[in-house]
Amino acid sequence: MRTFRFRHALSALAVVVTVAALALPVAQPVDAQSKGTIKIASQSPLSGGQAALGEGIKLGAQLAVEKLKGNLEKMGYKVEFVPFDDQAKPDVGTANAKNIISDKDIMAVIGHLNSGVAIPSSEVYKEVGVVMISPANTNPVVTDRGYPNINRVCGRDDVQGVVGSEFAHGTMKVKSAAIVHDKTQYGQSIAEFFKADAEKKGIKVVAFEGTEEKSNFDAILTPIKAKNPDVIYFGGIYDQAAPFFKQAREKGIKAKFMGPDGMDSSDLTKIAGKAVVGMNYTSAAGPASALPKAKAFVDEYKKKFSKNPEPYAAEAYDAATIAIKAIEEAAKKGKVTREDVATAVRHTKLSGITGDIAFDAKGDRLKAQYFVLTVVSDDPAKWGDNKIIKQLTIAPPAAKK
Amino acid sequence: MDLDLLIGIFPQVLLDGITLGFMYALIALGYTMVYGVLEFINFAHSEIFILGSFVGVEVLLGLQARGAMETWSPFLLVLVALLVGMLASGLLAAGVERVAYRPLRHAPRLIPLISAIGVSFFLQDAIRLFESLWRNSFNLVYPSMDAMNERFELTPTIDISVKSLVVIGASLLMLWGLYTLVNRTKIGKAIRAVAEDQAAASLMGINVNRMISLTFLIGGAMGGGAGVLFGVQYSLINPYTGFIPGLKAFTAAVLGGIGNIPGAMLGGLVLGILEAFAASYLSLLTGGAFGAEYKDILAFSILILILIFRPKGLLGEVVRERA
Repeated sequence: MRTFRFRHALSALAVVVTVAALALPVAQPVDAQSKGTIKIASQSPLSGGQAALGEGIKLGAQLAVEKLKGNLEKMGYKVEFVPFDDQAKPDVGTANAKNIISDKDIMAVIGHLNSGVAIPSSEVYKEVGVVMISPANTNPVVTDRGYPNINRVCGRDDVQGVVGSEFAHGTMKVKSAAIVHDKTQYGQSIAEFFKADAEKKGIKVVAFEGTEEKSNFDAILTPIKAKNPDVIYFGGIYDQAAPFFKQAREKGIKAKFMGPDGMDSSDLTKIAGKAVVGMNYTSAAGPASALPKAKAFVDEYKKKFSKNPEPYAAEAYDAATIAIKAIEEAAKKGKVTREDVATAVRHTKLSGITGDIAFDAKGDRLKAQYFVLTVVSDDPAKWGDNKIIKQLTIAPPAAKK
Repeated sequence: MDLDLLIGIFPQVLLDGITLGFMYALIALGYTMVYGVLEFINFAHSEIFILGSFVGVEVLLGLQARGAMETWSPFLLVLVALLVGMLASGLLAAGVERVAYRPLRHAPRLIPLISAIGVSFFLQDAIRLFESLWRNSFNLVYPSMDAMNERFELTPTIDISVKSLVVIGASLLMLWGLYTLVNRTKIGKAIRAVAEDQAAASLMGINVNRMISLTFLIGGAMGGGAGVLFGVQYSLINPYTGFIPGLKAFTAAVLGGIGNIPGAMLGGLVLGILEAFAASYLSLLTGGAFGAEYKDILAFSILILILIFRPKGLLGEVVRERA
């Protein structure tokens, strides 16, 4: 009996010590001048096939944080940038999101690249109301859920898909189309928007296929070749679309190629080479060269990271700028809380490098920009020179009540 | 439903399926040979396959950097990549056997299996680490060679590319070479003896360990060759690409009758053709209700049916010899 009690006391003591040890760093008083740390997180794929775009988002946000943290530091806060790698996988994104919400210093998240990752992860952010500002998630669902803490500075797929089909019908004058998608929330939904509007305009959709295949597209291409459509539209991301288009040309398919903003990476030409020269793609993020105010950003980015900014890097920069402004706003009221930051973001108006940004009641960008571009060269280094054929500013569709 | 279309693309789909099938057959040999000798499934074989693919692309990229793309014949380029890839994969397979399987040879069956799965994960990430450090990217693309992409038009809708012919030709040559080696040479006889009875073989003066190493070397080389051909045919590879073809090839080996060399070839071809037809025809036949993504359901349903009626595989009972 005695030993038992002794053990009991010992384990109780151990628990107390552990709890104290865990609690200590949080409870530790910060030095006199500092009011604490504020962290801004980014979530995007930093490894895997889509890392090129994901890294652009991280670096764009990082640049903004480093450049603009001065004000907050003067107010007495320590500002940190914490990048997370979501690997373009929903499970990894949500696991990261749980880490993010449990770190009370994180006041804003810049991310994601993939709508399929952003949607489940934002359910986690919503639990505690930490604000997410997306530079790249175009799926309508992202904002249509009406969460007060979810915003985006890019356009929407229900508009982008229509921009694509309008271009196919009006400018390219195609009569028939084959549509392939990657079965993700992003790729499939934009392919469906494209399909619905194309059919409305009288374009014959000869094939509509989803595939998770990454290397061997023979089986999908053979029937498409036999049906000989004028255009093939790939709703998905470049890492899958590039080998698809490459094999399509190698198989002797003469159709024109089209895709949404998932095509927008220099890796598309790195993999597919001349197969994709002349291909058209729509985008909710213009190349930085097309944005008159982004020149200083491009120069700085190149100087700092010695590479060209990928698409969405400029959007990530603006998103992080909004986050910092909103945190400053919240800090003026006293203690910075996640709720205050989220409210402040929704009301922030910014004349950013991608144009004027303000949010509507759902968190969509008022006056988002859409582009149609053409691939001009098979040299990946010249991706930034891709020609803009059309540039549109369209307001998001009104919220369904 | 468009009957003309169905009939029109039939030969093309068959060709696609045969190309894919030969690739599966080459990978399946690695599984089946090892099983024949050790009655053990080498789950690291899919990584041995993809390593061949990576070595092949490194050889081609290296030659490209030295300007060989313009001066060498594309067939010579592929041949060099193929041989180096085969050698690397063969040596890796033999090395894996020495390090991870030989010490466990007398342990219970499940132990080397777990070891194999561990080796598989290790190799995936080792390749990823190496390529990330070396090229700063682990998604590599085979350089395209125009001569390889030329197509022979048989009819206006049916054609075959030079590289598909190269894949089929190289596979046939490798399969024929292996078959001859196993059945017509002294070494082959020794391997078969070890497969039949290790103790008796060693009493007859056969060095059992050496023959097992040789089996891994040959099986690995076949896998590596398949890896290079896979890269030439489909161009984009990453360290995780090997998993699915590896699994399919394992299935092909079981389908043909595991441990049986002609069975692996037949199983690979059957599975490749089934898959190609399922993928191309499902959406046409069902009016779009089932798309190409359901190809594996059809292919594997047929597989299950075959195994219910022939549990030892297509050739499992007809030919008793094992490699």
